[in-house]
Amino acid sequence: MAILVFIEQKGGLVRTVAREALGEAVRLAATLGGPVVGVCAAAADPGLAALGEAGASELLLATHASFGHYEPAGYARAVVAAVEKVKPAVVLFSASAMGRDLAPRVAARLGVGLAADCTGLAVEGGRLIASRPVYAGKAVQRVAFTGAPALVSLRPKVFAPAPAQNGGAPAVTPLAIEHDPAAARARVLEVRTGSAGKVDLTEAEIIVSGGRGLKGPENFAMIEALAAALGATVGASRAVVDAGWRPHGDQVGQTGKTVSPKLYVAVAISGAIQHLAGMSSSRCIVAINKDPDAPIFKVADFGVVGDAFEVVPALTEAVKALNARG
Amino acid sequence: MLQVVCIKQVADTETRVKVASDGRTLDPTAVTWILNPYDEFAIEQALRIREAAGAGEVVVLSLGGAGVQTTLRNALAMGADRAIHLKTDGAPPEPLQVARAIAAELKGLDARLLWFGKQAVDDDAAQVPPMVAELLGHPCVTVVAAITLSADATQAVAEREVEGGREVVEVTLPAVLSAEKGLNEPRFASLKGIMAAKKKPIDEKAVTLAPPALEVVSLALPAARSPGRIVGQGAAAVPELVRVLREEAKVI
Ligand SMILES: Cc1cc2nc3c(=O)[nH]c(=O)nc-3n(C[C@H](O)[C@H](O)[C@H](O)COP(=O)(O)OP(=O)(O)OC[C@H]3O[C@@H](n4cnc5c(N)ncnc54)[C@H](O)[C@@H]3O)c2cc1C
Ligand SMILES: Nc1ncnc2c1ncn2[C@@H]1O[C@H](COP(=O)(O)O)[C@@H](O)[C@H]1O
Repeated sequence: MAILVFIEQKGGLVRTVAREALGEAVRLAATLGGPVVGVCAAAADPGLAALGEAGASELLLATHASFGHYEPAGYARAVVAAVEKVKPAVVLFSASAMGRDLAPRVAARLGVGLAADCTGLAVEGGRLIASRPVYAGKAVQRVAFTGAPALVSLRPKVFAPAPAQNGGAPAVTPLAIEHDPAAARARVLEVRTGSAGKVDLTEAEIIVSGGRGLKGPENFAMIEALAAALGATVGASRAVVDAGWRPHGDQVGQTGKTVSPKLYVAVAISGAIQHLAGMSSSRCIVAINKDPDAPIFKVADFGVVGDAFEVVPALTEAVKALNARG
Repeated sequence: MLQVVCIKQVADTETRVKVASDGRTLDPTAVTWILNPYDEFAIEQALRIREAAGAGEVVVLSLGGAGVQTTLRNALAMGADRAIHLKTDGAPPEPLQVARAIAAELKGLDARLLWFGKQAVDDDAAQVPPMVAELLGHPCVTVVAAITLSADATQAVAEREVEGGREVVEVTLPAVLSAEKGLNEPRFASLKGIMAAKKKPIDEKAVTLAPPALEVVSLALPAARSPGRIVGQGAAAVPELVRVLREEAKVI
C-alpha cells in the first residue's frame, strides 16, 4: 500500500521539512512496501518533478489561485482528495506550524487517528508504531492506530531528508478539487515576516540561546555576535522573554518553540525542565554556566563551567578564527 | 454573546513522571493537577471580550474524570459564569475521541467564539481545536497571539504565530480559536472570585466516548542522553570546546 506525503511549500519552493517527511516515507516503504506519493497544494508547481530523486514516484498537485499561502480548508480538501485517490496506509506530515494546523483537520475529516509531533516510527508485526515525546519530554509515548490510513506528523529536523537517489522524473498529476475561499469563512489578510533574513528557530541548524544569567538585554549583543560567527539563530529562556529582554518568538521550551538543531548552545540558562522540553532533542548540546551543578549540564554533551562574559567572547573569537581559516 | 472555553486538567509540568503499572499511562499518585497553561490565555481573552462588551456569557467546558471539577472551579474563580463537565472514566481518551465528544456538546450551544489552548502540555497533541472546528464546520485559527473583534462582533482579525513571522487572518464568527502564550496576561483569581465560584453551577453530563482511533502501546522514560562531559573551566576551555565540536561532534 502507498505512503502519502504532504509536500509543504512556501513562497513557491518545496520546504526542507517536506524532504524530511519524504526521507522517512522512503525508509518506511522499505518495510511496508508500496509507492511513495506526494501531495502538494500550491498556486503553481513548486518544482515537484525534482522530488523524484528524493524517492517520490508520483506527485499530486492541487492548484488554486488562493494557495499562494496556507489555506486550511483548501489544503485539507487536497489531502483528503489524495487519500481517496491513493488509499494510502500511512500519511506523513511535518509537525511544522502548517502541519500542526492541517493534519488534525484531515484526521477529523477522515475520522482517523493522528500521532502528532513524532520523533520515531517503527513497523512491528506489520503495524506502524509512532513514538512521541509527552509530559514536557519526560516520557515517550508509543501509539498504534486502530484504523486506516495512519496519520503522522514528524518533528522538524529530527528525520534525515531523503538523500538524492537516481529516481526517475516522477509524474506530476493535477488533483482536481473544489475550493471556494469565500465559503471557508477565514482568509489570510497578510503575512508579516519577522526580522528579515533571520532563520526561524524551528528551522535553524544552530541555535545560541541566552538566559537570565546574562543580567540584562544589552548583554545579548554578545550572544548575537556568537550566533553571527556560527551562522546561528538566537533563542532565549522564558525568564528572559518574561523580563521583556527578548521577543516571545525567541522563547525555547514547553511554552515556547520546540527545536532540534544540530547544535544548541545554552548560555547562562539553568536548564529547567520546561526549557529542556523544547530543546532536548537537539543533536549536540553545549552548556556554558558558572554553576557546575546547573541541571543543564545533565543534558549537555559538552559543558564549560565559567562566566559567560569571559567564555562567550573567547568562543566567538575562536569560531571567527576557524571561519577565517575556512 | 456566548463564548465557550474548553479547558483541560493536566499534570503540573514539574511533576516527576512515573509510569503506572499498566506500562501505558502516568501513575497519578504523586501528580499535582493544574489548569493547562495555554487554556488560561483562552479564559482570560474570553473574559476580556465579555467585559469589553459589558454583556455576554463565558462557559467553561472540560471533559474528564470527577477530578476535573477543581480545575473548572479555578476557571469559575477567574470569572467564568458557569461550567459544563463532560464526565468520563477510564483511560485518558485520545484527541479525536475528545474532539467528537466536545463537538457533540457544542452543537447544542450557540457559542460565537469557541476558545481552546494551543495545546495541552501533557500530551502536546495540539489536535482538539482544529478537529472540533472541522466536526462543527466552523472556521478555525490556531496559535492565536493577538485578536481584535469587529464592532458588531461578526468577525475577528487574529494573528497567528508561524515560522518566521505572523499570519493575519480574518475570520467570520462562529469560529474556533486556540490561544498562544503572549495573547494576554491571565489574571489571578481574587478572593471574591473564589468565594463566588463556589456558588456557580457546574452542569455534569455523562458522555459515552466513540471508540479510540489511537491506542497507546507503551509509556516509558526517554532513553537517557549519553552522559556529557565538562570540557573545562572558563575561557581556557574554549580551544578544547572548539576542537570537540569540530572533530568529535562535527557540528561546526
Ligand atoms: C508552565 C511553565 C512553562 C514554562 N515554559 C518555559 C519555556 O517554554 N521555556 C523556558 O525557558 N522556561 C519555561 N518555564 C520557566 C522555567 O521553569 C525557568 O524558570 C526558566 O527556564 C529559567 O530561565 P533561566 O534558565 O534563563 O533563568 P535562571 O533559572 O535564573 O538561570 C540562570 C542561570 O544563569 C547562570 N548564570 C548566572 N550568571 C552567569 C554568568 N555570568 N555566566 C554563566 N552563567 C551564569 C546561573 O548559574 C543559572 O543557572 C516555564 C515554567 C512554567 C511553570
Ligand atoms: N479533556 C479535555 N476537555 C476540555 N478541553 C480539552 C480537553 N483536551 C483538550 N482540550 C482542549 O484542546 C486544547 C488542545 O489540547 P490537545 O489537542 O490535547 O493538545 C487544550 O488546550 C484544551 O483547550
